[in-house]
Amino acid sequence: MLIDWFTVIAQVVNFLILVWLMKRFLYGPILRAIDARESLIASRLAHAEARMTEARTEGEGFRLRVAEFDRQRAALLRDATEEAEAERRRLLGEARQAADVLIAKRQQALRDDARQLDRAIRKRTLEEVFAISRKTLSDLASASLEERLGEVFIRHLREMDGDAKDRLGAAIGTASDPAVVRSAFELPEGQRAAIRTALNETFSADVHVRFETAPDLISGIEFSVNGQKVSWSIADYLTSLERDVDELLAKGDEDAAAPGPEPEPEIP
Amino acid sequence: MRLSPDEVVFWQSGIFKLNATIVFTWGLMLALTLGAKLITRRLSTDLDRSRWQNLLEIIVTAIEKQIEEVGLGQPRKYLGFLGTLLLFVAAAGLCTVIPAFEPPTGSLSTTVALALCVLVAVPAFGITEQGVTGYLGSYVKPTFIMLPFNIIGELSRTLALAVRLFGNMMSGGMILGILLAITPFIFPIVMTALGLLTGMVQAYIFFILAAVYIAAATRVRTPGPVPETAL
Repeated sequence: MLIDWFTVIAQVVNFLILVWLMKRFLYGPILRAIDARESLIASRLAHAEARMTEARTEGEGFRLRVAEFDRQRAALLRDATEEAEAERRRLLGEARQAADVLIAKRQQALRDDARQLDRAIRKRTLEEVFAISRKTLSDLASASLEERLGEVFIRHLREMDGDAKDRLGAAIGTASDPAVVRSAFELPEGQRAAIRTALNETFSADVHVRFETAPDLISGIEFSVNGQKVSWSIADYLTSLERDVDELLAKGDEDAAAPGPEPEPEIP
Repeated sequence: MRLSPDEVVFWQSGIFKLNATIVFTWGLMLALTLGAKLITRRLSTDLDRSRWQNLLEIIVTAIEKQIEEVGLGQPRKYLGFLGTLLLFVAAAGLCTVIPAFEPPTGSLSTTVALALCVLVAVPAFGITEQGVTGYLGSYVKPTFIMLPFNIIGELSRTLALAVRLFGNMMSGGMILGILLAITPFIFPIVMTALGLLTGMVQAYIFFILAAVYIAAATRVRTPGPVPETAL
């Protein structure tokens, strides 16, 4: 007989024991481990998902904030640029004005210098001319130059034309102050008397005369009364000469400036 | 020539005896239990795990999946019984490569014992699922006349289960014995390899048939008994 019933029963028992052992030592622990791992993975995935969502939210927030920053920065930059441009224009304007003022001042100073130089030259010229004239005159005649001046002035008085003579006569008549005779040098008493006489004869009146010295006349005599004036001096000749020279120079300047207007300086 | 390891008796007292079948079964039980115990001693529930744990997990989940594919909805409920059937028969087949080892499944007593377990387990699981009347009702479907045929089918398939495994395992050892006598070199190795394959296939067949029987018994609307396969 191939079937041994005791062995059959023993094997059934053995098998049942094995089932229990396997459940106890194999399936139970392994399945528990698998379940634990699955739940762990699930929780980690859920955690990762949550983190991802959180990160996405944060990222969105950051993106918005960055965009806001960009906008603000652009606005600030624009404002700053505009301000800087305005400031530049203002400074440029100020600089231009300052430069204009400086140029004007400089031109004024140059003009003043030129005028002073001019005056000095004129004065020097007059003195030279006077010196030369006087030397020449004193060489030519025995009489002094002052005497000749007095004679010339007296001749001018006597030869005065009617219109001017009438105006002076009227002025003498209405004058309350004495008439003034200015000369560069102290006139000798003889000449003073001669001038007085000439005045009295010319205007047919007793003219009160006061004599003064005025060095700026250089060489000449001036008679003034109540705003009216008659004079003769070398300075007059020199003045007319100077005027002629000035006119000539001015003409020369105009000709020089004629080719074109001065170009305006370029400012960046 | 002996056909079964039952015939090798180490010790006997009355009806109690200790034959090779029982001893080798104990050996297998010890090996399986110790192996499982050693590997599951330090189980990791984290993502990193040992290779042995991985192997066991693969085996357990594969068995679970197979049970599910047969049609049993809650595989964990049947994993203990069906999985142990598979592991025991497969381990017995695998150990045939060890010299002097005689597979306990090569004894008709063992296969009858396993088939009897299936015979009891099928109605047990069926009643647990459907209730007594629900399960017993399946025997008289579609008509009352089918009752004897269903009972005969139940018994005959149990017998077929026992004899099929016994025949395959015994024949493997038998062929090997004969071949060793004729051509002692090389050829027996090929046959041993073939026997190994046979053992694995038989383990799978035994397991899957038991699963199918249980599935048929636990299914609520059973149209009829599952036809016996031609294996």
